[in-house]
Amino acid sequence: MPGGYLPILIFLVLATLFPIVAILAAKLVRPAAPFVTKLEAYECGIKAASDSRGRYTVRFYIIAILFVIFDVETIFLFPWAVRYGSLQWFGVAEVVVFLAILAVGYVWAYKKGALDWV
Amino acid sequence: MIDTVLFYAFALLVLGGGLATITLRNAVHCAIALIVSLLGVAGLYLLQQAEFLFAVQIVLYVGGIMLLFLFVIMLVNLDQAARERQFNRQWVVAVTAVAVVAAEIGYFLWRGKAAFHIAENALSPASALGNTEQIADSLFSEYLLPFEIASLLLLVAVVGSVVMAKKRI
Amino acid sequence: MQAILNSPLFIPLLLTVLIIALVPLVAGYLTLVERKVLADFQVRLGPMRVGPYGLLQPLADALKLFIKEDIIPTDADRALFWFAPMVSTLTSLTGFAVLPFTDKLYIADVNVGLLVISATSSVGILGIILGGWASNSHYSLLGALRSAAQLVSYEVALAFALLSAVMVSGTLSMQGIVKAQLAHGVWGVFANYGFMIVPFAVYLIAATAETNRAPFDLPEAESELVAGFHTEYSGFRWALYFLAEYCNMLVVCSVAVTLFWGGWLRPFPNVAWLEIPLNFAFPLIFFVGTGLACLTLVKRLIDTSQKVVLVVVALGLILTGALLTIPVVNHLMAGLFWFLLKVSAIIYVLVWFRGTFPRFRYDQLMNIGWKIAIPVGMGAVVINAVLGMVGK
Repeated sequence: MPGGYLPILIFLVLATLFPIVAILAAKLVRPAAPFVTKLEAYECGIKAASDSRGRYTVRFYIIAILFVIFDVETIFLFPWAVRYGSLQWFGVAEVVVFLAILAVGYVWAYKKGALDWV
Repeated sequence: MIDTVLFYAFALLVLGGGLATITLRNAVHCAIALIVSLLGVAGLYLLQQAEFLFAVQIVLYVGGIMLLFLFVIMLVNLDQAARERQFNRQWVVAVTAVAVVAAEIGYFLWRGKAAFHIAENALSPASALGNTEQIADSLFSEYLLPFEIASLLLLVAVVGSVVMAKKRI
Repeated sequence: MQAILNSPLFIPLLLTVLIIALVPLVAGYLTLVERKVLADFQVRLGPMRVGPYGLLQPLADALKLFIKEDIIPTDADRALFWFAPMVSTLTSLTGFAVLPFTDKLYIADVNVGLLVISATSSVGILGIILGGWASNSHYSLLGALRSAAQLVSYEVALAFALLSAVMVSGTLSMQGIVKAQLAHGVWGVFANYGFMIVPFAVYLIAATAETNRAPFDLPEAESELVAGFHTEYSGFRWALYFLAEYCNMLVVCSVAVTLFWGGWLRPFPNVAWLEIPLNFAFPLIFFVGTGLACLTLVKRLIDTSQKVVLVVVALGLILTGALLTIPVVNHLMAGLFWFLLKVSAIIYVLVWFRGTFPRFRYDQLMNIGWKIAIPVGMGAVVINAVLGMVGK
């Protein structure tokens, strides 16, 4: 493993322990007096008419898939940003071409209304 | 020493997560198992000194693609899907096929075991440049065309996703 | 003993334990600061009862949450209901592992430090969406979907803002970014003829949305979604979500300071003669002044025990100021002082946002994310790339 990651791993392990220990410790002091209506899902006092896990609007899907695409794009640019100083104008030109092609897609999606939330 | 322990830990995550992905019934649980598996792969990248890939694996796969999976699982009606007939009637055929492939792979591994060895110090000597810098140098010089083509691929993906999801274009 | 002290893992381990122990406390006091500042904006007093001027309120809140009943709804997915808030807390805490507090105080300084923070924030979304789904309540699930969609929308803009900052410093290591600013002699935000202020603005807006804070607190819009994804959570489990939110706020503000405002650098880091006034005199005046201001408030209190608490706090502040004048301590802690001061300033701005702007509608929020923040961020990357090359 490259240097410097071991402390992060130790941090992760200790940070995982914190919520577990806290919840279990709270169990010793907190009251537990459940009854049927208390354990119902919150629905303004009446019983829920349907299961919440139904079908939701497809817009969330469009947002998610556009996010994945743009996320890939930005990740591609990180190595360039790191070597920006040594790649000089050549690197800038490459990235401008890369971004221009994606900007076409962005503008197209914009014009088609895929970015609208109505 | 610690690398070996970590390797087996991460490998266990990958395999355990993978197994849970295909055996659990609830689709959301499967997705979480897949996330565990992908995190294990990220850990393996880290052990191979591929720091950038490690970060990319988590940002893109766990944070991006698995989120998309979870969205899709939540957008469709799971109960209906679970009631539909599962395609496991031909399990005899499936097991036979898997056994044949496994036997083949095992045979070739056994035959080629002389050429099969793990180098003692397989790690590349520490370079003056970091992992990200090395990727940048090869991506923006040697693999320039694939990099630019990747943007075209992403453009196609934008168009495809919008066409699929919008009712009216 | 010497072997333990000299081990390379000693400081990281000590810091790890300190951070995990102190961050919940700091997050608690952040809520007090927020309530007090908001109260000030709205011309009221805020918490005043527990401790002098409400100074012990966070401790009372924490105790209340700790002994509150923990309700798991019957329809919930019990395993995930357990798991989800832990994911949120864990990921938000992990951000602290790569933050550069000073040039010597840090847990880990890895080559891809900035991407590690991106990774933790993107995994953190899973905690929210799983929590909402596990609750099996309409409000929770809708809140979770909304929240996740909002977070991913602004994550792209955030990444573009980060790209601009990485371009200026040429590294992803958090310490490296601060050191690059030291080498340039200017803080990141003033680089490229001051154009870096645009990525910083994009970052600040995206970070506000990323932390689900007003005016982007749609997932928790009480009037329409009750409490959003954590509607069904109560007691300590809810506290974990709350903690995660405030930790995230601390982390994004710290990243902003590291990338744009010079991290642990003092103002004018390369002007040597400013070291005495800025690193010694300023903290002394700051802490002693605050302590003395506290002392003037003591006689307004009626209750004796409250008076004692306030005097102790005031003396503590004066003592901190005095300790910072010892050269050894100052050498170690001046960086931390500047880092925390800048982080506090940005947190104040976030609270100011909350006190000033009305909440956006969901479509407005998405439009700002996709139609303004992303193109501006993308344009800023290109313009910064050109400006940086011209400046060479």
